[in-house]
Amino acid sequence: MVSFLARRLTLAIPVLLGILFVTFALSRLLPGDPCRSALGEHATDEICDAFNERYGLNDSIPEQFRIYINDVLHGDLGDSIRFGRPVDELMVERLPVTVELSFYAMLFAVLVGIPLGMVSAYYHNSAADVGTMIGANIGVSMPVFWLGLMLSYVFGVALKDTPLWLPPSGRLTAGVSIQPFYEAWGWNVNPDTLTFSGFLANINTLNAVLVGDWAGLRDALKHMILPAIALGTIPLAIIARMTRSSLLEVLGMNYVRTARAKGVRESQVVLKHAFRNAMLPVVTIIGLSLGSLLSGAVLTETIFGLSGVGRILYDSITGRDYTVVQAFTLIIAVIFVFINLIVDTLYAYLDPRIRLE
Amino acid sequence: MTDKNDNNGTSSVMQAADNSPLLQVSDLRTYFFTREGTVKAVDGVSFTVRKGEVRGIVGESGCGKSMTAMSILRLIDKPGRIVSGEVLFKGQNLRKMSRREMTAIRGKHISVIFQEPRSSLNPVFKVGNQLVEVLRIHKGGKRKAQREEAVELLREVGIPDPGRRISNYPHEMSGGMAQRVMIAMGMACAPDLLIADEPTTALDVTIQAQVLDLIRQLRDDHRMAVILITHDMGIVAEMADIVTVMYAGASVEEAETEALFENPLHPYTQGLIASIPVMGEVKERLDVIPGTVPDLIDMPPGCRFAPRCRARVEHGLTQCEIEEPHMIEAEPGHSVRCWLYEGEKTS
Ligand SMILES: Nc1ncnc2c1ncn2[C@@H]1O[C@H](COP(=O)(O)OP(=O)(O)O)[C@@H](O)[C@H]1O
Ligand code: SF4
Ligand SMILES: [Mg+2]
Repeated sequence: MVSFLARRLTLAIPVLLGILFVTFALSRLLPGDPCRSALGEHATDEICDAFNERYGLNDSIPEQFRIYINDVLHGDLGDSIRFGRPVDELMVERLPVTVELSFYAMLFAVLVGIPLGMVSAYYHNSAADVGTMIGANIGVSMPVFWLGLMLSYVFGVALKDTPLWLPPSGRLTAGVSIQPFYEAWGWNVNPDTLTFSGFLANINTLNAVLVGDWAGLRDALKHMILPAIALGTIPLAIIARMTRSSLLEVLGMNYVRTARAKGVRESQVVLKHAFRNAMLPVVTIIGLSLGSLLSGAVLTETIFGLSGVGRILYDSITGRDYTVVQAFTLIIAVIFVFINLIVDTLYAYLDPRIRLE
Repeated sequence: MTDKNDNNGTSSVMQAADNSPLLQVSDLRTYFFTREGTVKAVDGVSFTVRKGEVRGIVGESGCGKSMTAMSILRLIDKPGRIVSGEVLFKGQNLRKMSRREMTAIRGKHISVIFQEPRSSLNPVFKVGNQLVEVLRIHKGGKRKAQREEAVELLREVGIPDPGRRISNYPHEMSGGMAQRVMIAMGMACAPDLLIADEPTTALDVTIQAQVLDLIRQLRDDHRMAVILITHDMGIVAEMADIVTVMYAGASVEEAETEALFENPLHPYTQGLIASIPVMGEVKERLDVIPGTVPDLIDMPPGCRFAPRCRARVEHGLTQCEIEEPHMIEAEPGHSVRCWLYEGEKTS
């Protein structure tokens, strides 16, 4: 297992280099002059000369690539033209929002989707199965924005003043704030260089747990419910369908028959012998869904007033804020590489045949 | 056949007298209710198994041998169901047992080994853990002791270097090794009855012989009864004490092995014996019996073998296609289901 991990990590290095190259090329290959596309009508030749000098655009391409890699490795992602701030600051602010949202959406999808799929498979062709699968088919075909709007209308507006009301926008109720854990723990963190601590502190629910602010946790979670459901519904439906078909297949396998013939209790036959095998394709699907989650996150963040990666990417692309686009593309790609790594590792853990290659 | 299970009573069934049957299957019927119709996979099978005896069940593929075995253990899945018949194990009716009682029987008193040893082991667990699981379920005890016992079991079934092999995954083993693991799992609780469903069909010839030797040896060492299911008359001749021949879901002949081979009564059995390959030559089909097993959904009304039976034509029997023959004892200890003999008796 350790050697498997080592091998996978080594394999990730060329992929990461490739990603660096692509994000680098992305900014150089964009049509038009970067100066003029960035500055628009304000760009005079003089300004553009200074601009090119400042961003190193007069250097040779390999030299530019070397500088870019060097900057990235030193955590220098450049400045946003639109916000006039360093991109890493923006990232510490925005990335946690999306990470948190995606996490809860996936958690919801997995915790509900897998049991639903299992019940469907075990009682296949029953009313429960047919109902679940109809629901799943509706789920996958439901547009995220429509579901998001419906949820925020029903729970945020129609159910106002009832105990079922849920906040339809934002991350915390106005006036509520959770003290960053590094402050509470008396860590001497300079807010300008706070990158990783700041990142963690901005994941509200995690931060609330770290500082033991249960009221804050409650508030943050409450704000998460609707967006997580909106974003998690499609993956939920996909996971439920995959779990069902996979478990159905596995339940017909010879080794399941063996388990029963050995005198294994039926619950154990399903939860132990069949489950682990049935989860193999489901793990793959979960990994793939995380990819599509991001496109859903743009819409979800917009509907629920969350300033996450989706929002800033959208704004930066329309606003031609290329440093931001480049940096966020890079970070998203890196996150993908690591998610894939986790999925592969989980897969290898579940299936010993994979470990050998 | 004996019918003394009545005076066994309910008490002391576990110490049933040595000559009373360990397992008694009577008129077992298992049907699959499919969209296309009712598949009568097992349709009138009766036999007994005594302590220490090897009961062969032989017949072409698809004749219901495996479903008979699965019915005994009540492992028939939807859309299948045991529709009638009785399965008495040590005098207790398995069909009337609760699920929990049945689970306690499986793997402890009755175990099974299957045709495909490699796919019959769970690919994601080490073989040692799969073996230990049986011990844990049925015997309990300390983990470490169970592990040692598992190593011993692997040694007993002839797996070299069992201390290392116990950490193997099924895909790291050959078919023969995997079947030995299956046998070790079957033997773990020293069951009274081992059902071996085509245990060697998927293995190559030398390994086949080794596995059969192993089963025979374990039978001798533990006085365990064996139901040996096969389509191979050669294996039956070599292994079985007494044989049931099945055709299209029903038993058609039953006799001690020697009597059966010396004097096969049923035309189907005669064909089977004539089809035994000579000198290791492999025959997939029974060339001497033309035709195929009838569709188990649309069974012919009379004798199921009638469409393929030459004896019927030769003897000019007309009853065959009208009424199903009954299992009758044509000779002492030798029963057959065929009008050739039933006619004899009644006329
Ligand atoms: N799940 C099922 N649905 C319908 N028919 C089945 C099912 N399982 C088995 N059968 C039928 O039962 C018959 C007997 O099968 P089986 O006992 O496996 O034969 P064999 O003698 O080769 O072991 C076969 O003809 C098969 O088509
Ligand atoms: S009953 Fe008739 S058809 Fe059937 S095996 Fe006997 S002779 Fe042949
Ligand atoms: Mg079979």
